[in-house]
Amino acid sequence: MSETVADTATPPRATARPRRGLRRQWPWLTVLAVALVIPWLFYDWTTGRHSGFIVAMLSQIGMMVIFALSYNMLMGQAGLLSFGHAVLFGLGAYCTAHVVTFSKAGGFPLPLELTPLAGGLGGLLSAIALGYFATKQRATAFAMITLGIGELITACALMFQTFFGGEGGVSTNRMTGHSLFGLGYSGSIQVYYLIVAWTAIAIALMLLLTRTPLGRMANACRDNFERAQFVGYDPRMVRFLQFALSGFFAGIAGALYTLTYEIVTFDTVAASMSANALLMTYIGGVGVFAGPVVGAVLIVLLQSWVSLLSNSWLVYAGVLFILMVTFAPGGLAGLVLMHAPIRRAGRLRRLAGPYLRLAVPSLLVVLGFVLAVELCSFLTIGAAQGKSLTVHGLTIDPHHATPWVVAALLLGPGGLWLRRAVRRFGAAWAAVSDEVKTAGGRP
Amino acid sequence: MEVVLVSLLNGLVYGMLLFMLASGLTLIFSMMGVLNFAHASMYMLGAYFAYSVSRLIGFWPALVIAPLLCGALGAVIEMYALRRVHKNGHIAELLFTVGLAFIIEKAVQMAWGLLPVPYRVPPVLDRALFHIYGSNFHAYRAFMLLVSVAMFVAIWLLLTRTRIGLVIQAALTHPEMVSALGHNVPRVFTIVFAGGSLLAGLAGVIGGNYLVTEPSMAATMGPIVFVVVVFGGLGSLAGCFIASLIMGLVQTFAVVVDVSFADLLARLGITVTSSTPLAEVLTIPLPRVGALLPYLMLILVLLVKPRGLMGTRDT
Repeated sequence: MSETVADTATPPRATARPRRGLRRQWPWLTVLAVALVIPWLFYDWTTGRHSGFIVAMLSQIGMMVIFALSYNMLMGQAGLLSFGHAVLFGLGAYCTAHVVTFSKAGGFPLPLELTPLAGGLGGLLSAIALGYFATKQRATAFAMITLGIGELITACALMFQTFFGGEGGVSTNRMTGHSLFGLGYSGSIQVYYLIVAWTAIAIALMLLLTRTPLGRMANACRDNFERAQFVGYDPRMVRFLQFALSGFFAGIAGALYTLTYEIVTFDTVAASMSANALLMTYIGGVGVFAGPVVGAVLIVLLQSWVSLLSNSWLVYAGVLFILMVTFAPGGLAGLVLMHAPIRRAGRLRRLAGPYLRLAVPSLLVVLGFVLAVELCSFLTIGAAQGKSLTVHGLTIDPHHATPWVVAALLLGPGGLWLRRAVRRFGAAWAAVSDEVKTAGGRP
Repeated sequence: MEVVLVSLLNGLVYGMLLFMLASGLTLIFSMMGVLNFAHASMYMLGAYFAYSVSRLIGFWPALVIAPLLCGALGAVIEMYALRRVHKNGHIAELLFTVGLAFIIEKAVQMAWGLLPVPYRVPPVLDRALFHIYGSNFHAYRAFMLLVSVAMFVAIWLLLTRTRIGLVIQAALTHPEMVSALGHNVPRVFTIVFAGGSLLAGLAGVIGGNYLVTEPSMAATMGPIVFVVVVFGGLGSLAGCFIASLIMGLVQTFAVVVDVSFADLLARLGITVTSSTPLAEVLTIPLPRVGALLPYLMLILVLLVKPRGLMGTRDT
């Protein structure tokens, strides 16, 4: 997973051993194997059923991985900040819904396995149409045009009945009876494996795209578009092609959405979906190809898990976002990459102690923060919904002083402890990386 | 005729409200390069602060206290958070404000609940000021107009007649040069960010009871304000003013002019029936398209003039 596609903190080593073929891709193959196995870990052998929650979550992870990666084709690889990426996702989803319905009604026998291509084409065509305008500009003007397009299409989706179905959306039935392998797709597990297959194909294609001249030129136009122009390339054309191809993959993700939920509403084109793409991609890390994959997995896990437990998901997402932006602009993948030179020098073990000493106060502060947020939340929203705060069968009364005092203790002294720990960790980190530098990266 | 006049006045009120929000955003955006997504959140906070304060000690103190609270909050955000993020680049700053907007929205829901709060117009102003063509012009609208004009004059005086105003003006177009001349640009940034937040808070105080005070008010107002800023152009308060008025008028008039493309075609002798291609697009009445118009205008302007209406710098 060390495909460095952007200039990150560590320059690629010139002396990296060339490894060819599939062996080099072992992390991807491991992830694929894990994705295939996980549903069976939660299989209920007594009733012979898969866990619906797990399969639904994994399916969502699959489509969101494609969506986030397609977003990173713009943000990470071409330096184009888009606020309307959900439009491409949603239009792909709507197209698929219509194609599936048409196919079911006997229009033409399109196998369900290939319907994501229809979504991809829908995304591609809308990206060509919208990208023609949007990619005339770059930087902030591009971001603003995409914001406008996003709001425009959302409003259209609510307004027009024939294509978008208005507020009710478009529903369809994936059991068309046409399949390459004779599958019925009645259960969600079959759809899940279809999603895994398409996710693998899309990831492979997008990874290959980063190595084409177009992918390289996208990087060049991101870093210095004037120089790219001098070399003789048309930055606008590069932006346009990158936008269109990104639309293709976003459309595939949208198609998988349709196949999973069998209903497409205006939520798929709305701003919150675009914000999701931004969130996943940035938290995962824009500078590394695999970054958005990490981000998508993390965000979907948090979203489905935290939103089950708490209705303050937005606060945690916002805080996580702010912390990442402030302290780790390279995202999670960037954080991992920072360790690469130390790992190569074989000094990673020396950081274990400092990390442990950092972990304890961080955990305390996180606990205190969660407790404080939940107490506030249950004081107002929870009370209105008639819920009570229960942890392991222990009911916590937000009107009582004790939990508030505990939260204050965790946050106050815990915060001071964390500050000291962070300083010490910074010193330890600096010492280790100095050693690595003077040793010249040799173990 | 009366429709035109009444809509003109209403559009003016709405446009001035937009300007109050957009002027702060323009200053922040032009000087610091930060697309502040939390700006509309400050507007929302202004309304909620005003609601709470006015329940305790009345509307008039709230008119002063709530914007000051927003301004102080803005200063704290700039000094302790945004400055730290600044070194990570513009996109990081922008994303920081997105995260901030999330948190503020949820915090407002936690503090004041999910439903709209009953933040009302003060009784003194809750009456008709005068009648034109049989319809009332509400006294509160006149008050809003008065406040926003007063604010406009105050900003104008501040920017053109004071030293700090001149520095801000210079920093709008040549931020590097200003810092090279030895001015404390970070302090100017803090002042501008706090001032912008204060203006947004003031807009919230007088707009919250005119419209609705609810947790989604930031999300509904935010995109429109962005449109105004980009439409008007970076680094130009005059462009921002014109854009605000245009947006206010366009949105108000779109609601009252009940025509569709089908009506226009009917004048040309073409009748649109349900079997005509694109019949749905052609028959949709203008009032329903009203919400779309700002975004259409934004896209059109950016295609023709990437710098916006009166922008002095590239976005």
